[in-house]
Amino acid sequence: MIFLFYMLSAIMIICALAVVFSKNPINNVIYLIVCFIAMAGHYILLNAQFLAVVHIIVYTGAIMVLFLFVIMLLNLNKAIILRKSKVTRITAVITGGIFFLVLVAATRQTFEIHPRYPFASDIGLLTQIGKVLFSEFLLPFEMSSILFISAMVGAIMFGKKDEH
Amino acid sequence: MKEISSAIQLIPLEQYVMLSVALFSIGMMGVLFRRNTIAILMCLELMFNSVNLLLTAFSAYHSDPSGQVFVFFIMIVAAAEVAVGLSILVMMKRNVDSVDINLLNRLKW
Repeated sequence: MIFLFYMLSAIMIICALAVVFSKNPINNVIYLIVCFIAMAGHYILLNAQFLAVVHIIVYTGAIMVLFLFVIMLLNLNKAIILRKSKVTRITAVITGGIFFLVLVAATRQTFEIHPRYPFASDIGLLTQIGKVLFSEFLLPFEMSSILFISAMVGAIMFGKKDEH
Repeated sequence: MKEISSAIQLIPLEQYVMLSVALFSIGMMGVLFRRNTIAILMCLELMFNSVNLLLTAFSAYHSDPSGQVFVFFIMIVAAAEVAVGLSILVMMKRNVDSVDINLLNRLKW
């Protein structure tokens, strides 16, 4: 199990770095899909089976297909030479590294995490999530449909050609 | 089920925190690093996902399903965000025939 955790983590980190550093947009999408599948594995390790399935369906099934669709539609599938200046790129890497170090130091020193034992193994199942979702979080759940409608209307408005 | 449940007992929660922090930093570095708008959107997805993983880990280690419901809502927001972001990208490509983020620098002022 520990081996599985480290292997999935290594796959995720390497693929995330590949997303940042590879030039071809198609390769970026493929690496991101691999990263998301590894993340679904993490969800299964964490006993969140419902989230693992939803993650596969929503992210790899819908969002990444949307990305691929846009890349195909806009004909971006060749490696575009769009690079920031060398100074900006080096600064970006240094900033990311320093941000990582600061967050690691902060989480190491400022608080201790006390997990609650024993772990309940059924909180990630569909019945449990559904009970919470439709009792405690019913209003946000309904509001999210309004969010979706407005996002859809906005996307159509942006995508429409101007007639005048 | 029992075996998987014992998996999270072997791995300390701090390691999940480290993993999410690393992913978030990589995503932030990508947003600063890239000029291609579609790659920047992908790095945003990476950052969303690191937060999702952290919420799920805390939820699992505290046996509280509310965190996983929050992850579900974050996925909803991410889907809406990607739809709007990609349509902005399509509009930008149509109007200025490029996906260079530097062409949008007038949004700063």
